[in-house]
Amino acid sequence: MQLIACPWCGEREEIEFHYGGQAHVAYPDDPYALDDDQWAQYVFFRDNPKGPFAERWVHAAGCRRWFNAVRDTVTHEFLAVYDVRAPRPLLTGSAAAAQQRKGQEAS
Amino acid sequence: MTNPFRAGGHGRIDRDTTLSFTFDGTAYTGHPGDTLASALLANGVHHVADSIKYGRPRGVLAAGAEEPNAVVQIEAPFPEPMLTGTTVELYDGLDARGLSGQGRLSSRPDTARYDTLHAHCDLLVVGAGPAGLTATLSAARAGARVILVDELPEPGGSLLGSQELLDGRPATEWVGEVVAELDACADVQVLQRTTAFGHYDDGLVLALEKRTDHLGAAAPAHVSRQRIWRIRARQVVYATGAYERPVAFDDNDRPGIMLAGSARTYLNRFGVLPGRQAVVFTTNDSAYPAALELADAGVRIAAVVEAREEVPAHWRTACDERGIEIRTGHVVTGTSGVEHVSRAHVAPFSRGRLGERQGIDCDLLLVSGGWNPAVALFSQARGTLRYDAGIGAFVPAQAPGSVRTAGSAGGTFTLAGCLADGGDAASRALSALGRTGRTLTLPSTGPLPQGAPGRVLWRVPSPRDGQDGSHQFVDLQRDALVSDVLRATGAGLRSVEHVKRYTTIGTAHDQGRTSGVMTSGIVAEALGVDVADLGTMRLRPPAVPVAFAALAGRNRGELFDPVRVTALHSWHAEHGALFEDVGQWKRPWYYPQPGESMEEAVLRECRAARTGVAMMDGSTLGKINVQGPDAGVLLDRLYTNMMSTLKVGRVRYGVMCGVDGMAIDDGTVIRVAEQEFLLTTTTGNAAKVLEWMEEWLQTEWPDLRVHLTSVTEHWVTIPLVGPRSRDVLALVAPDLDADNDAFPFMSWRDATVAGIPARVCRISFSGELAYEINVPAWDGITVWNALYAAGGPFGITPYGTETMHVLRAEKAYPIIGQDTDGTVTPQDLGMSWVVSKKKPDFIGKRSFSREENQRGDRKQLVGLLPADERVLLPEGAQIIATSSIPQPPVPMLGHVTSSYRSDALQRTFALALVRSGSERIGETLYVPLDGRTVPVTVTDPVLFDKEGSRRDG
Repeated sequence: MQLIACPWCGEREEIEFHYGGQAHVAYPDDPYALDDDQWAQYVFFRDNPKGPFAERWVHAAGCRRWFNAVRDTVTHEFLAVYDVRAPRPLLTGSAAAAQQRKGQEAS
Repeated sequence: MTNPFRAGGHGRIDRDTTLSFTFDGTAYTGHPGDTLASALLANGVHHVADSIKYGRPRGVLAAGAEEPNAVVQIEAPFPEPMLTGTTVELYDGLDARGLSGQGRLSSRPDTARYDTLHAHCDLLVVGAGPAGLTATLSAARAGARVILVDELPEPGGSLLGSQELLDGRPATEWVGEVVAELDACADVQVLQRTTAFGHYDDGLVLALEKRTDHLGAAAPAHVSRQRIWRIRARQVVYATGAYERPVAFDDNDRPGIMLAGSARTYLNRFGVLPGRQAVVFTTNDSAYPAALELADAGVRIAAVVEAREEVPAHWRTACDERGIEIRTGHVVTGTSGVEHVSRAHVAPFSRGRLGERQGIDCDLLLVSGGWNPAVALFSQARGTLRYDAGIGAFVPAQAPGSVRTAGSAGGTFTLAGCLADGGDAASRALSALGRTGRTLTLPSTGPLPQGAPGRVLWRVPSPRDGQDGSHQFVDLQRDALVSDVLRATGAGLRSVEHVKRYTTIGTAHDQGRTSGVMTSGIVAEALGVDVADLGTMRLRPPAVPVAFAALAGRNRGELFDPVRVTALHSWHAEHGALFEDVGQWKRPWYYPQPGESMEEAVLRECRAARTGVAMMDGSTLGKINVQGPDAGVLLDRLYTNMMSTLKVGRVRYGVMCGVDGMAIDDGTVIRVAEQEFLLTTTTGNAAKVLEWMEEWLQTEWPDLRVHLTSVTEHWVTIPLVGPRSRDVLALVAPDLDADNDAFPFMSWRDATVAGIPARVCRISFSGELAYEINVPAWDGITVWNALYAAGGPFGITPYGTETMHVLRAEKAYPIIGQDTDGTVTPQDLGMSWVVSKKKPDFIGKRSFSREENQRGDRKQLVGLLPADERVLLPEGAQIIATSSIPQPPVPMLGHVTSSYRSDALQRTFALALVRSGSERIGETLYVPLDGRTVPVTVTDPVLFDKEGSRRDG
């Protein structure tokens, strides 16, 4: 049971959260300016990277607020959580370092 | 009664107390402190069960959780299958029998309690052997919150089964002092009989505590039998010890063949002599203490068969002193015996060749092929392993910063090394927590004689290699042979994971503790690769078998899932309602009168609603309050139709779609005030719709000034339905002008109903004149009773969900999720009228014009009338075009989504999604049913009062 740091409530168990898919996929400004393929890209197609991925989460059984997170899809580690309106953060400092450090410490 | 195989002066059993037990129908005795296995061995019983595949007699190989053979079923006091006899503590009245690989669950419900505890700590230490104890003590003295879990009934681990001295005294005295100090620490918790079985994310370790299993019938009923500890640890030290590894040779599965270290444990922990005359077959130093201690206790050691060419001098001297012959450069090639080993076959073995074979009589054959660190939990914690060629085993390599091993779990096999390693591991864990550890003064283990490295030997070549009938066993529980492994590699398998699945090695209750690494070794030899490159099988939770009852804890029976009932629930129950589960809600299904069948009850309820007056409890409907200056804007974007133009006092039906244009929910929206709406959702969809609305509001349109609140439980909702509903309402709400002009369809009024302030909506889910009366939940029963009383003269009839479904289906009002499946647009439902043409955009609109959604052969909602008006089509039934079923693949035109018997139509009918359905109206299609086909006529979905003449009464 992973812990997820809700930006408003702090660390809570993952069972309290719902996943919301890839972040920063905005509703198109003018859906009618898009052809069917472009519209389908918005509706159906999402990235599926191996490694850090910006995605949306909601603290469904807590404060009911949505937030964004950068999560490593290999380790499931949350590298950052941030406001839904904010741009994806550059991973610097402790989060990037944590990613570097992970798995390198001998037991 | 005395046990013939007890050793005087040894063991931690209570000889003053005698316990009676039964095994395979025979009565025996043992003592407190025994396991079932040790008590059987004390009685000279080695044959525990026959093997699952070959039916060969099997005995006790080990003394702990690694036991592959001695699997038993407990019959009394409560039946429980698939337990290892080596971990079942003996109690008075225990009745067990041996199992051939498969158990049998009890047919009786388990009356014992199980529960769950949550715990948090700075440091979790798993294993109370020498390393675990020094780790715990070091962290405790530094003031850390520590939990120590250990699977045995008492702390000490391997020290319980040895004759080691610490500071010149028996090691168990030191153990007692350490535990006394730990017990005095407020922030330290020591849990015995507690097995950590899974390491999950973020330091969550699950452990199973067996609280009353060892008490048998004397277990107090108020104490849970087992409980799951959910321990959230900032740091974890796995001091889980090591498991001894056997060597494969011919007929290596007979009762009387035992791991050398386990025999030592039986002597020292249980005071049991596992035999009278032993042969000891070893590849390493660790078997010598076993041989010497057993010899000193009276076992005749016929020979030590030593695979190495050299033996350290002090072991040779000690053997010489006792007259024990050491045959260096020799191996055991096979055994003889019927129910029990009676002879070991021994031969010189050098450069891969076996010399001349010679037999040595024995009733006990001890084997040691080295030790495998117990790394299952470390590995689950994403610790990586590396092969150590010196010890022929996989040892911890790298780990996340919060996990480490100590002692023999890390490949340290001397007592002094384990004691020191535990303290070191604690210090590193503490510094990771920003604390400073205290240096421990470790007890003295005395001078350590110079040891010699072991020889890595997975198996002894067999004269029968390559022939049928070879019996070199790898996994004793699965009856898997070396020849099975070689067949797997011969078939081209190159990965131990594939070999595991091909042979089933390592898949039994013991998770391959004695067979996994051996398999890697044999596969590597067969393929001519390095074991280090091949690797070993992945270790997954649970590390030990855990009963589902324990995992479920208290969440079973009525507590399995929350039950939601409405404020009127007890009235329904008192009036004989049967209930239907809708999500977590209990809803009245129908109210049978005495002697009435469900069909009769539902037809009666339907008739009342269509010809008189009826009422139901609609409180479970999801209700969401939408408030704020931009409430109308939000609803315009989420519903397919226009909501912002709704006047205060009016009601509108609406459908929500996903961005793909598929209907996801429907319901009514009322405008309460200029800046306030109240919308209803499908009962089972309330939480989902609220989350959907919040998602758009928070992530896409955070600029909108709107707040959403779930008010489902706030209201009791009572639909009052039927041509006489206005008459009943007039009696309970005399001040409300319910005339059609004053209170038209799709409007709502504040009113006083039975003296209670109420909101009355003129909406209908049946097509009849109907009023939906909403009152605060607290007053619900007052209003319900008043309506029931006032309606008495009109024959008012309470009805349940089944009648509600029939009534709405006659009118083709769809149930989202029953008549739709996430691939159905509003247009497919025949509801183009609910899709706004004026709004420039709303969620789903752009997708309606996608090519796929414009196809003429989409599935559309239609009505079906079976030619035989008595035939009730099953919901989910397929629809085809021909009266006989053609050869597969059969073209499927669609399926039945709703099907009922109608009182109003005096026949059966159905709703269905049918390809090009709206173009097929009038056609005859066929529904395969019970080996024949039922002809059905496709109709407009609205089968009753299509012109809507009844809704105004």
